[in-house]
Amino acid sequence: MGLLDYFRSQKKSSAESARERLTIIIQQQRTSASTTDYLPMLKRELLEVIRKYVKIEPEAVQIKVHQEDDNEMLELSVTLPPQSAKADS
Amino acid sequence: MAEVIVVTSGKGGVGKTTSAASLACGFARAGKRTVVIDFDIGLRNLDLIMGCERRVVYDFVNVLHGDAALNQALIRDKRYENLSVLAASQTKDKDALSKDGVARVLDELKRDFDIVMCDSPAGIEQGAHLAMYFADRAVVVVNPEVSSVRDSDRMLGLMASKSQRAEEGRGRIVEHLLLTRYSPERVERGEMLSIKDVEDILGVKVIGVVPESPDVLMCSNEGVPVILRDGSEAGMAYEDTVQRLLGNDRPFRFLDVKKKGLLQRLFGS
Repeated sequence: MGLLDYFRSQKKSSAESARERLTIIIQQQRTSASTTDYLPMLKRELLEVIRKYVKIEPEAVQIKVHQEDDNEMLELSVTLPPQSAKADS
Repeated sequence: MAEVIVVTSGKGGVGKTTSAASLACGFARAGKRTVVIDFDIGLRNLDLIMGCERRVVYDFVNVLHGDAALNQALIRDKRYENLSVLAASQTKDKDALSKDGVARVLDELKRDFDIVMCDSPAGIEQGAHLAMYFADRAVVVVNPEVSSVRDSDRMLGLMASKSQRAEEGRGRIVEHLLLTRYSPERVERGEMLSIKDVEDILGVKVIGVVPESPDVLMCSNEGVPVILRDGSEAGMAYEDTVQRLLGNDRPFRFLDVKKKGLLQRLFGS
């Protein structure tokens, strides 16, 4: 560990920046490639179906796609309104 | 059973044709009946790297259109009699390749050869798509550089979903990375992505690492695939890659930083 190493450690190496930038952009690239165009439509139709039974806001439906090894997982979460609101409808 | 191997990359200029030519020579030298096809319609170049440009009479598109028989268009290599080249056409017609046509030619080649190597053009257009569509195995040529790595990931994604294997539910194309223009010195200085970085980012294993070498240009000047150049580190790295593709274990070489002598250290490189 010389003086040179001390100065080197102050600044991130350019290869390190490349690694970080690529990790982020490729993650995005992969999600957008797998998250095909049907997701927004799926969300809209789901919302319509759920609204037949429960009054919910559009933000209450969340759809996420996860990649786990070779499997893709579609995660759907719907936040239902509090009990009092449900009683009104 | 013949194997179809695509050499692809997405990005241009990373060494696809150089790699396809050398790997094809290596397979032939190992005794495999090998044919290498240039899919870069309109921008023929494999013939130059292989050194057979003056012997092109008929090309891939002539065969597809039925203007020539396959054995008329195949150019027998002067060095290895079990190696043939199918040149790309110089036509400007971008849609000269059809899926059915390519399938027919590949099926015919698979009867007579052990290795059918497809040299893909850059990009993700028709030529690149068809070069990989029928592949059993893919060698993705990548430079340790951001745009090449990103494009390789796109290519890997396309291969996973838009290949015949994927569409027929026959599993995936077997994927390998071939890292070219690698400089251990620059990696050590933190100026270049390392082998592990590229493997981690892309999630695919490296099957070969070809060091940056002046031999590559000199060999292309002469029309001799670099694998045939005696004593060339790049050539030996290609030979190692061929052996690994054949299922033989080979340690990775030429990855150590060359130690400079005292005089070099004193007076710079």
